[in-house]
Amino acid sequence: MQKFDAFTGNLAVATAMKQVNPDVCAAYPITPSTDIMMIFSDFVANGEVNTELVTVESEHSAMSACIGAALAGGRVMTATSSAGLAYMWELLGVASGLRCSMIMTCVNRALSAPLNIHCDHSDAMGARDTGWIQIFSENAQEAYDNIIQAVRITEHRDVRLPVMVCLDGFIISHSYEKMQYMEDKDVKDFIGEFKPYRSLLNVDKPETFGAMVLPNYYMEFKRQVREGMENARQVILEIGKEFGDKFGRYYSYFEEYMLEDAEVVFVVMSSAAGTVKHVVNNLRKRGVKAGVLKPRVFRPFPHVEASRVLRNAKFICVLDRAETFGGEGGPLYLEIKSALQTDKNNVPVVSRIFGLGQRDFLPIHVENLYEEIEAFFKTGKIKMFDYVNVRE
Amino acid sequence: MQEKLVLNFKELAQRYEKEVEKFAQGHRLCAGCGAPIALRHMFMAAYPDDVVISNATGCVEVSTTLYPFTSWRVPYIHSAFENAAATIAGAESMYKSLKRQGKINKEIKFVAVAGDGGTYDIGFQALSGAMERRHNILYICYNNEAYMNTGIQRSSATPFGASTTTAPAGKKVPGKLQPRKDLTAIIVEHRPDYVAQASINNPRDFMTKVRKALDKSGPTFINVLAPCPRGWQHPSEETIEMAQLAVDTCIWPLYEVDEGYRWKVNYIPKEKKPVKEWLEKQGRFKHLFSPKYEGLIEEIQKYVDREWEILLKKAEIFS
Ligand SMILES: Cc1ncc(C[n+]2csc(CCOP(=O)(O)OP(=O)(O)O)c2C)c(N)n1
Ligand code: SF4
Ligand SMILES: [Mg+2]
Repeated sequence: MQKFDAFTGNLAVATAMKQVNPDVCAAYPITPSTDIMMIFSDFVANGEVNTELVTVESEHSAMSACIGAALAGGRVMTATSSAGLAYMWELLGVASGLRCSMIMTCVNRALSAPLNIHCDHSDAMGARDTGWIQIFSENAQEAYDNIIQAVRITEHRDVRLPVMVCLDGFIISHSYEKMQYMEDKDVKDFIGEFKPYRSLLNVDKPETFGAMVLPNYYMEFKRQVREGMENARQVILEIGKEFGDKFGRYYSYFEEYMLEDAEVVFVVMSSAAGTVKHVVNNLRKRGVKAGVLKPRVFRPFPHVEASRVLRNAKFICVLDRAETFGGEGGPLYLEIKSALQTDKNNVPVVSRIFGLGQRDFLPIHVENLYEEIEAFFKTGKIKMFDYVNVRE
Repeated sequence: MQEKLVLNFKELAQRYEKEVEKFAQGHRLCAGCGAPIALRHMFMAAYPDDVVISNATGCVEVSTTLYPFTSWRVPYIHSAFENAAATIAGAESMYKSLKRQGKINKEIKFVAVAGDGGTYDIGFQALSGAMERRHNILYICYNNEAYMNTGIQRSSATPFGASTTTAPAGKKVPGKLQPRKDLTAIIVEHRPDYVAQASINNPRDFMTKVRKALDKSGPTFINVLAPCPRGWQHPSEETIEMAQLAVDTCIWPLYEVDEGYRWKVNYIPKEKKPVKEWLEKQGRFKHLFSPKYEGLIEEIQKYVDREWEILLKKAEIFS
């Protein structure tokens, strides 16, 4: 049985956390993720969870405590945003390198300077190469569902890598929407019991975690992280299917929206996908074969599969809510462009940066983009890289 | 009056001898290094408790965990330089959680081990946080008064006048210009269950302190002086002597603060030696004896006398 109710993104995440009932949570307040831990603290205060809540003095300590707790053999969760994630950065590679199973919600927010508390993806993109699985959510429903699936992914024997579930700051984290949620028992059954692979608390079989490793062995450790990441591909698909079979909402690497015969394809992640889909609907009414590819899993990136679904595209516009300053385009653009190479597909693909610091990204901006593309079909000319809705 | 803890060292030693040493031989710390001496004594005092160790980056860590070898016959984690306290806090929190849920019933102690750099400086915030949150942990700082692992740079534990690679003694500058920060006192201000200063020359005192700390159920902290022949520039075989002179000159007093307010000086030398006797044995203070820097030793002596006097007063008032 599932029920409907109104949830903000943060409430959805906190609710999923409550149902997962982690053994330890360590977190530090930062807008817009603070809410999650505030709501969760109430669950702790009212004895609704078994969680030991560690109200650390910084995000650096939050991630450090999560690592210590995860290796002590239990379920661990945290949440952060922006500067908080940046402050954890040193430990992100420690968490993956030590093969910690844990889940972090990243409520996406811009990085300073200038200071801005609003949404963009520069925080998560700064962590894209740290060995964390990264899953992006379009709305509260997806955030909720992703957290629950993440438990199975991070704890899978063949994966054992930390998972970051991302949702857009304010746009999703603080807006109410109708969402379907499961009963506690069904979540419990889906995630199962936690079985630690190794544990610091196993005093009868002591192990050294985090040894000093010189050039003679270091690279094998990193190769194993890549193996975990590669294994995650199949695991993510299986769990997405199992979740769908149980709860009716199916998940894979990405959502294909009117993609089958699409000639103009927008590639975009998270909440902005909703805006783009809306415009695509209108374009379709006008007879334009437009579609949307909405990646959900950014790490590991599904190159082969993305390339396959883009095979018929005549033009691709990749929308990034993060910069690479000096790179050819945004981070998602770079992935898509290299994905196309797996098929030697030379379809024109452009990079557009939008919504930094939560600059408005409205249907009109997508319509303008389509006009640019339409002009390109006539003139053959278009800017390879540009910002959307920005002052000169 | 609280009960006095008396360890039966003979019995302890006999029992421990039959055990497998928890800190294995064959590590790569320098000959004469003070740190492993402290660690072996710590394990002896902890016996027969099960302990989990979190270790900060530094000489001990790099020299004892060179993959695929390890010197640790107990569960051990090294995560980074500045987070030994937060890491052990996380492990202890998991233990607490699992215990509460009935998923584990063993008694386990949690110990963080870090150098002075990982404690006084970069790890200070994490340590302060862990003390304030009152985790049931023992934090041991093996204090060699500088960042030794990276090549003897000054830390805020480095004493005034010591020459290090980032505050070297030169023609114009006599080494470090600032006195060290009194971290032990700062930790006392967190009011943990137990705080102590110890030194490797006095294993009875140090081991008693470790035992006392482990028997508490809240946060505890021990700052143990562990001379470094490389950084202090003294012969390897004089490590214990350097530690002994540090307590005999009162530049490193042995004291403890129980339950946050009960101060006790554990060692009052019969005859307080001049600090000069400690300084002159170490290459890092050599320049202080040149005519150019005349007067500085007197300054240091004055500082030591004043600090010692304050400590005795505190112990007298809050006993
Ligand atoms: C964040 C970070 N900054 C700097 C370093 C480099 N580093 C490693 S050990 C060390 C000094 C350790 O000094 P201390 O804690 O006193 O231990 P010791 O080596 O003296 O035993 C430094 C600076 C690091 N590993 N991580
Ligand atoms: S450099 Fe000093 S602290 Fe480091 S191992 Fe050698 S003696 Fe010990
Ligand atoms: Mg040191």
